[in-house]
Amino acid sequence: MIEVMIYLSSGLFLGWSLGANDAANIFGTAVGSKMIKFSTAALIMTIFVILGSVVSGAGASHTLGALGQVGTLPAAFVVAFAAAVAVSWMTKLSLPVSTSHSIVGGIIGWNLYSGYATDLSVLREIIGAWIFSPILSAAFAVILYFVFKKWLNNSKIHLLHLDFYTRIGLLIAGAFGAYSLGANNIANVMGVFTGIMKIPDYNIGIFTFSGAQQLFLLGGIAISIGVFSYSKRVMLTVGANIMDISPVGAFIVVLASSTTLFIFASAALKNFLIMLSLPSLPLVPVSSSQAVVGAVLGLGLAKGGRNINFRLLGKIGIGWILTPITAALISFILLFFMQNVFIRTVV
Amino acid sequence: MPHILFGRSKELEIEITEYLDLVNRGALTFKRDLKRYIKKDFELFEESMTDIKEIENDADEHQKAIKYKLYKYMLIPESRADVLNIVEEIDTITDLAKEVIYEISIEKPIIPDELESDFLELVENSAEAVDMLVKAVRSFFEEIAQVNDYVNKVHFYEHQADKNEERLKRKIFSDDLEKEIEIAYKLQLRYFIEEIAALSDQAEMVSEVVSVAAVKRRI
Repeated sequence: MIEVMIYLSSGLFLGWSLGANDAANIFGTAVGSKMIKFSTAALIMTIFVILGSVVSGAGASHTLGALGQVGTLPAAFVVAFAAAVAVSWMTKLSLPVSTSHSIVGGIIGWNLYSGYATDLSVLREIIGAWIFSPILSAAFAVILYFVFKKWLNNSKIHLLHLDFYTRIGLLIAGAFGAYSLGANNIANVMGVFTGIMKIPDYNIGIFTFSGAQQLFLLGGIAISIGVFSYSKRVMLTVGANIMDISPVGAFIVVLASSTTLFIFASAALKNFLIMLSLPSLPLVPVSSSQAVVGAVLGLGLAKGGRNINFRLLGKIGIGWILTPITAALISFILLFFMQNVFIRTVV
Repeated sequence: MPHILFGRSKELEIEITEYLDLVNRGALTFKRDLKRYIKKDFELFEESMTDIKEIENDADEHQKAIKYKLYKYMLIPESRADVLNIVEEIDTITDLAKEVIYEISIEKPIIPDELESDFLELVENSAEAVDMLVKAVRSFFEEIAQVNDYVNKVHFYEHQADKNEERLKRKIFSDDLEKEIEIAYKLQLRYFIEEIAALSDQAEMVSEVVSVAAVKRRI
């Protein structure tokens, strides 16, 4: 049991850093500009991240499993650890990074080390989703901007009421965002472990928790600890940096990026689209930071802004390419040590 | 609108509406009183002089209540600061109006007949600027797209008042004024001209604040 907990610790650490960094994508503007109290935001984050993880975390996890099924627990530890190191390193270089990119790099590192071929069609699907998610998020932001602009112009809503609506709206969109983040990104935290650990189902009354869901719960708790212990600082920085976004703008950004994350996580939605024979998107862990950046850009474009920050886009691009490569390299090297120095089976 | 939800902000809404009504009434009273004085209806002027003081006191009370309620109720901090700023700056206008009326009553400046129409025009433009400002503030709360129209009108009337001010001063200090008046009287007249024009200047200043606050509210 202790050994299992040690192996799980790297995943939990990844969860912690996810909570610490990504909570700001959802509640950053609202908390940074004091529209919502941090304690309220953290409580909502906790509840809905855990709900999202447990209820619909499985979809994106499957995709990671299809990319490469890490064979043993020590190997899974190394893969998650390599991803966590890559994320911390890139964050230190102040490049916007994502646990989604680094875990994929880590898994590819394992594939290379173990000699299993990486399923290229799955990899293509994943990279396609990474490119498409900020674009989709921007498109949502543009649509929402015009819808809200029209609505606000026509409804002649009193400023005081609008403020009230906006606050409630930010809370609801934040809850949705937290749910989507949990659903989409729990795969990064626990995905490599779910295929290996055989945990018996747990029954409470009408609900049955599968082994994977129990792991997701644990990961969700790790994310929540990250939110409570560290995210306030990040939120205050975010709030100070994008103050020129109006309250309604902040609401649009959160709603657009959350919807994007939700689309890439919800198996129910995917099945629904397939049932209507509409094109559906693969369930892939994407980056919440990039979804937010996409939404902010979309909002700027919709407002007729011409000055797109190309340096920021370049920085994102660099982080985008560097993170998976770094994670793959670290994963590869550490697997070698795990096998030859600590004498643990990794393949 | 569901009143259970907006019960508290409704209170604030009413308070702000009433406050703006008072500012409006202050500008109208200012215009009425000055017209009476300029047209040398001194008796009536003195009789109704307390009106402006009452309005000013009432406005002060409302201002205090608004400040208190702004902090008590759920408002987005940034718009709270904007609303507070506008309310405080607009209050200066009513104070100024009261001050002018009272000082005129004390000093009783003599306005030469040939300057009468210029003075009336100055008063008219200054009061009109305040009227447009109140409309700008109302639309800031109720229909933000209209703010710019009213702010432009404030600018227009302020500019007119500026011209009136300059024309009056030039006439006073030029040699072709019919009666030769002492320099002390000229300076006193200049002081009152500036005070009356100050109302429109303050209106313009507040309109800028409203304009910026409105831009911030855009999505």
